[in-house]
Amino acid sequence: MHNENVALTVNGRRHALDLDPRVTLLDALRENLGMTGTKKGCDQGQCGACTVIVNGQRINSCLTLAVMHAGDEITTIEGLEEDGNLHPMQAAFVRHDGLQCGYCTPGQICSAVALLAEHKAGWPSYATADVATAPVLTDGEIAERMSGNVCRCSAYSNIVSAIRDVAEGGRI
Amino acid sequence: MAEGKLADPIGLPLDRVDGQLKVTGRATYAFEYATQGGAAYGVIVPSAIAKGRVVAVDVQEAQHAPGVLLVLTKDNAPPQTPWGPVDLPDRFARAEPALDSDEVRYFGFPVAFVVAETFEEANAAAALVSVRCDSLPGQYDLHSAGPTAEDPGHISDGAPANSSVGDFEAAFATAPVKIEALYTTPYQNQAPMEPHATMAVWEGQMLTVHTSAQLTTSPQEGLARTFNIPKENVRVVTRYIGGGFGSKLPFYVDATLAAIGARIVGRPVKLAMTRPQLFHMTTHRTASEQRLRLGADRDGRLTAYGQDALVQCARFDNYTEPVCGAARMLYAAPNRLTRHRLAKLDLPRSDSMRAPGDAIGLLALECAMDELADALGFDPVDLRLRNDTEIDPERDRPFASRHLAEALRLGAARFGWDKRIAKPASVRDGRWLIGLGVASAVRADVLRSATARARLERDGRLTVELAMTDIGTGTYTILTQVAAEAMELPVDRVTVRLGDTRFPPTAGSGGSFGAATSSSAVLAACRKLNAGLALGLTEAEGSVTPADLDDTYAHAGFGAHFAEAAVHRDTGEVRVRRMLGVFAAGRILNAKTARSQMIGGMTWGIGSALIEENHVDPRYGSFVNQDLASYHVAVNADVGSLDVMFLDEADPHGSPLGSKGIGELGICGAGAAVINAIHNATGARIRDMPATPDKLLATLETLDA
Repeated sequence: MHNENVALTVNGRRHALDLDPRVTLLDALRENLGMTGTKKGCDQGQCGACTVIVNGQRINSCLTLAVMHAGDEITTIEGLEEDGNLHPMQAAFVRHDGLQCGYCTPGQICSAVALLAEHKAGWPSYATADVATAPVLTDGEIAERMSGNVCRCSAYSNIVSAIRDVAEGGRI
Repeated sequence: MAEGKLADPIGLPLDRVDGQLKVTGRATYAFEYATQGGAAYGVIVPSAIAKGRVVAVDVQEAQHAPGVLLVLTKDNAPPQTPWGPVDLPDRFARAEPALDSDEVRYFGFPVAFVVAETFEEANAAAALVSVRCDSLPGQYDLHSAGPTAEDPGHISDGAPANSSVGDFEAAFATAPVKIEALYTTPYQNQAPMEPHATMAVWEGQMLTVHTSAQLTTSPQEGLARTFNIPKENVRVVTRYIGGGFGSKLPFYVDATLAAIGARIVGRPVKLAMTRPQLFHMTTHRTASEQRLRLGADRDGRLTAYGQDALVQCARFDNYTEPVCGAARMLYAAPNRLTRHRLAKLDLPRSDSMRAPGDAIGLLALECAMDELADALGFDPVDLRLRNDTEIDPERDRPFASRHLAEALRLGAARFGWDKRIAKPASVRDGRWLIGLGVASAVRADVLRSATARARLERDGRLTVELAMTDIGTGTYTILTQVAAEAMELPVDRVTVRLGDTRFPPTAGSGGSFGAATSSSAVLAACRKLNAGLALGLTEAEGSVTPADLDDTYAHAGFGAHFAEAAVHRDTGEVRVRRMLGVFAAGRILNAKTARSQMIGGMTWGIGSALIEENHVDPRYGSFVNQDLASYHVAVNADVGSLDVMFLDEADPHGSPLGSKGIGELGICGAGAAVINAIHNATGARIRDMPATPDKLLATLETLDA
């Protein structure tokens, strides 16, 4: 297997890598770049622990190969803090105890950040009653849109509270 | 409170102290430790048969594949101690050898191990290993093994397998009102988010394993036993653990193989089981068949109370799920009979999963109580109140504290139980049928042995160290609060360090004993340090033992679950709209993390009632569901509104801090409340868990459109 040269832009920083083309984006982040904040829970796209944001959209980084992402803007959990301050979503997860073991948490938070952007852009979900109108971000909408991220500790109700808190623009 | 003095931190809803590390991705799990020179990657090759022998393993192609450093099989694995001993008092410290013989003991049994420079190379080479096996016929079906199942003597918590008070058979035969029902619960998987993983490093004769484990001293002993080396030569490090739920009480071949691999290739080796491998290579919760026989007088007082349980363990093991443990202490009845029977099958090992015994025992018992209430024409809350007891009915000791009745009463008022219409299928909301259900919760409380060290640093900060773990339960946080209060320090002046066998030994996290045990040890260490400060003492150790719990009393946490279920009239889909759990669990050490434990348990209750189920393929002896797409755990959209209430319960006879276990109480009875709500919604009595839509359709067809 011949390696490929690929430049990945992660959290605004460019990394030139010489990669086995079989390396997933998830493993490139964790094993090649040492950014272990993104987690491997199933390696088959079923748990959401590996969720990262690529060009503004959340994806399962275990289901895509790293060499496919030259030129993409990749945001991971390590890239959400600004000037050493927690992203509002990170702070809300702590405040609402939207985590226990913490293993699904980076994926949950990346997913939640992208969810708010999707909602803002007017994307409907399965829980949207009328897809022709702008969806209202009910708890049911949040829960539906977060159901690709499994939390076996089952902090789900607190995760919904944390996301609602941020969506409403501040502390509850 | 004096001016300037801080509020006593124990009990406050403080944010978890490791929260910031976890939300930024900086908490380091087993697979993620950076090592000098980089680690090599290991991949396990599992068997494709359930029982038999490995005849030949062809490793030629794999050995010559790019990047491969080692291909290990039965032909070249180093000598190890055989698995066991099965009767070791600490079953989690048994030897866990790998590739030490040609025997295949269950489907997915490790038969080869590949170490390579990269994960991709190891994976590719593992696919090139060719394994030839001779398969033997195995026994995989629990139900058909029932007639020949054995009396195990004891169940896994050490209690006798059978208990009898009065004359159950005579009382049941003559009871004016009675029900008899067979309940079944399926195989379940703990499915922690972080797969079992280990990174092993040798420095001379010293082995360090960074592993994902609930316990520290047990795997240390077990690895020493496996390799026949002194315990002092093994260090177990497990600082952050991505969930355990019982599945990380034992250690597994990931630790053994990483250690062997690292020894042979002369550098660190790390490996994580794949998600599908977890379903066979680690433990699961046994399926069960439970025969419930309840008899009562016309006033609703239980006169005969019987539970017979059939459970599975692996052919070579002895684990017996303590299914009837809850029944033995939940209600008064003069004539009682509980029995466990164990079927040894050629399936993977069963062992603990959140609230072993009680989670599935109550799923059956608390539904049977609902059936009895129906037969009596009683309100289900009232029936439970009538059978409450202040005395442990089988061991004749008073409960140190027991507030089941208060939990039921308060819960009923808060939930709006008085609006429940007893006649099933009476309430509709469009195409949805609405029902309410209740169930009691109980979970025995135990104290184990632990030692903690407290050290006052030169800068005035306090460091607390113990070989305890935080599996997400909030241990780092509650121990910080306990130490801060004991030393009268602000919580931000306290650092708690866990998960390292270099610290004083503890019993780890499991069986709801973790918080009471470790916090009692921390309290003892801090008190000793505090008392010696004037004499110049800067470091002290303190301990707790099981004897610190007064055994003239029975110890347990109690609670009541209430659930509102909506069942779709046409599809049988069940939605849990809201749940309330009211718990009497002693002193709450952190109101925020304690609530999280409870909503977690209640969500597991929803999962066990509605979706969690693994199937055995009787042809191959394998579990059919080997991933999270087919083994369903509750996701966010499965959970409605969850409400948790703690009663203010002081327990002067309990653990030194008066706290009780809370990691498991939340699941105990939770599923039964959902199942009972489904009955109230539809009239369907589900006895074969989980209540999937197909099981409801026959009843729904009998209802008016």
